[in-house]
Amino acid sequence: MPALCRDCLATFTTGPRCPKCGGRRVVEHAELFSLSIAHMDCDAFYASVEKRDNPALRDLPVIVGGGRRGVVSTACYIARIHGVRSAMPMFQALKLCPDAVVVPPRMQAYAEVSRAIRAMMDELTPMVQPLSLDEAFLDLTGTERLHGAPPAVVLAGLIRRMQTELGIGGSIGLSHNKFLAKIASDLDKPRGFSVIGAGETAAFLRGKPVRLIWGVGEAAQVALERAGIRSFDDLLRWDIKDLTARFGRLGDRLWHLARGQDHRAVTAHEPVKSISNETTFAEDTGDADLLDGHIWRLAEKVADRAKARDLAGRTVTLKIKRADFRLLTRRTSLREPSQMADTIYRTARGLFDAEAGRGPFRLIGVGLSDLCAANMADRTPDLLDPAAASRAAAERAADKIRARFGPDAIIKGRALR
Amino acid sequence: MKISIERGALLRAVSQAQSVVERRNTIPILANVLIEAEGNTVSFRATDLDIEVVDKTTAMVDRAGATTVSAVTLHEIVRKLPDGALVQLTDDSATGRLVVQAGRSKFELATLPQEDFPVMASSEYTANFGVKAPVLRRLFDKAKFAISTEETRYYLNGIYMHVATGEEGPVLRCVATDGHRLARIDAPLPEDAANMPGVIVPRKTVNELRKLLDDDDAQIAVSVSETKVRFATPEMTLTSKVIDGTFPDYTRVIPQGNTRRLEVDAAEFARAVDRVATVSQERSRAVKLSLDEDRLILSVNAPDTGAAEEELAVAYSDEVLEIGFNAKYLLEIASQVDRENAVFLFNSSGDPALMREGSDMSAVYVVMPMRV
Repeated sequence: MPALCRDCLATFTTGPRCPKCGGRRVVEHAELFSLSIAHMDCDAFYASVEKRDNPALRDLPVIVGGGRRGVVSTACYIARIHGVRSAMPMFQALKLCPDAVVVPPRMQAYAEVSRAIRAMMDELTPMVQPLSLDEAFLDLTGTERLHGAPPAVVLAGLIRRMQTELGIGGSIGLSHNKFLAKIASDLDKPRGFSVIGAGETAAFLRGKPVRLIWGVGEAAQVALERAGIRSFDDLLRWDIKDLTARFGRLGDRLWHLARGQDHRAVTAHEPVKSISNETTFAEDTGDADLLDGHIWRLAEKVADRAKARDLAGRTVTLKIKRADFRLLTRRTSLREPSQMADTIYRTARGLFDAEAGRGPFRLIGVGLSDLCAANMADRTPDLLDPAAASRAAAERAADKIRARFGPDAIIKGRALR
Repeated sequence: MKISIERGALLRAVSQAQSVVERRNTIPILANVLIEAEGNTVSFRATDLDIEVVDKTTAMVDRAGATTVSAVTLHEIVRKLPDGALVQLTDDSATGRLVVQAGRSKFELATLPQEDFPVMASSEYTANFGVKAPVLRRLFDKAKFAISTEETRYYLNGIYMHVATGEEGPVLRCVATDGHRLARIDAPLPEDAANMPGVIVPRKTVNELRKLLDDDDAQIAVSVSETKVRFATPEMTLTSKVIDGTFPDYTRVIPQGNTRRLEVDAAEFARAVDRVATVSQERSRAVKLSLDEDRLILSVNAPDTGAAEEELAVAYSDEVLEIGFNAKYLLEIASQVDRENAVFLFNSSGDPALMREGSDMSAVYVVMPMRV
């Protein structure tokens, strides 16, 4: 059976040890050198970056997350032994693991490492589809001659390079489609390398729960369960027509996934569909001035991001979570696309005044969607708001000042609230 | 209740009713039409709590009474009956159903008690006057396209009907704007209308009202209060709440000092705009107008899809000007012109343009340019 040493990248026919370096980190699989769709997932990414940057943390349980009522963003593997999980409330995590060192997230540092990893992946194939800062799909089909090695070897090389050059560990899932590659990468974390071949797909899925499918969340699970579907075996009993009639496009997709089929391509440049920012308050608040300040700051952040990418949007969304966790989302269309903080703020503020009712609120968010190129935006001034033109000119001028002297060089009084 | 009514009269009444009722309703009775029969008339009443229409028609009333049934279902049934059929409506109090019979067709519809039907509170109208249907039709039809759909500026979601001073004295004026375009339409002030309060007539009311205005000879009785407006013919009464808000001071928006004058055949202009806009795939298609001595070049340059250009002979004798507009806006205002040439008055490429028909000041339009 084809085999690969993940330490020295030697390929050989079989055996538990590498004949070249004697290492034991060997992957062996009948289809090892013919599969080319991979999912790369960093191991405890944020925590790994923290440990790399502060070696004193290396052997301690580390939790990245924070705020007074924050949740766990990432827990290192030592903390995970104690039962700490992502998205767990911090107080609960600290109950399970009182010795843990809690580190506030440093998104900029993570983004930087992420960019370095991305650059390494881009060297291997143009077909890289990042899912977040720390995971991506790679399609290495047809690259064997270029690299002089099959995809499995190239991927093992990528993980080795990430470890040695960046100090970040990662796991690989290798299969014949995205769905299975994503499942595979999770099978033997951390520092894993799992393969699901075409020949074993059916056997692998047998008895597995449908929640393994990326995108089948709690709501979908409940709906599926109502139809008596818990595992892939249940799905196999359904006719494609019935499944589609009941679940629409999801049904069609489920029918194929149950047979290990996933025809979605690895798409390198998924276009941005929306830009949004939200903030969870340290304490629930109904203070109108404070909320107004938040809406402005969020609108400005969204506008900054849109401007940075030369985008504008036609739809403004306001998201509010009340103290009782009830979520309210309201959106409205602009008459023409905009990327101006002033327009986004005014629109979001209008939605807030019309829809929010009385507080206290727990979270507020502002988003911009239905995106288009910036040169399509803000082209027709408003007859009824002649001051808008001067506000827009002021915003453009402030943008220039901030670009030159830093983001805090000039801010609106409103932002101080 | 037991009545016999001609299908045509019934169809007219219920079609008005079904267009007023809201399709999605949390209050079941609001989906119903209230049918009341007495003497030799039957009235059909429908409401969405903001608008109420009452249609009266003559019928053979065998037994007076009242009931309510689904407006949409009744409309569907009547629509599918053969032309000229005589329809019998019988309220069966034992089963609580309304039996609809025509020829060999028979339907039974569930009813809701008439007592539950909300009747709009009457209002003290401060002005009552009469207008010929074509006058109102022109006022509303020409202003309608500029009504805003923006929810945040709800006070723009209608037509501002008020008394103003026009070129030749007091007028009944309708104004609509969405901030990109504005329409201001005047009609001679009807007798008794002088003390009418200005009201914002909601879009839906404008659309429903339109059905009252088809008959050129009809005289419409208009009643206005601060909160309600009513339009009535002998057969039909439309009562509506008005938008509770302040319409912005539109007079500041209408340019006074635009001196560059373009005169063009409106239909030819509209066709040319439509043709050149074809190459653009954007939702807001920008058309550039380049004006030179008696010459207008319309052009569209859409880098992704293509370019187009068309030249028109026009009357223009001012300085060279380049100005961009949303093609849809140009088409909409050009289509308001029906008798004479369209006259555009420009200032600069960044200022709003004014459009009117010949020298007629009773209908003026303002449109904002677009950066191209």
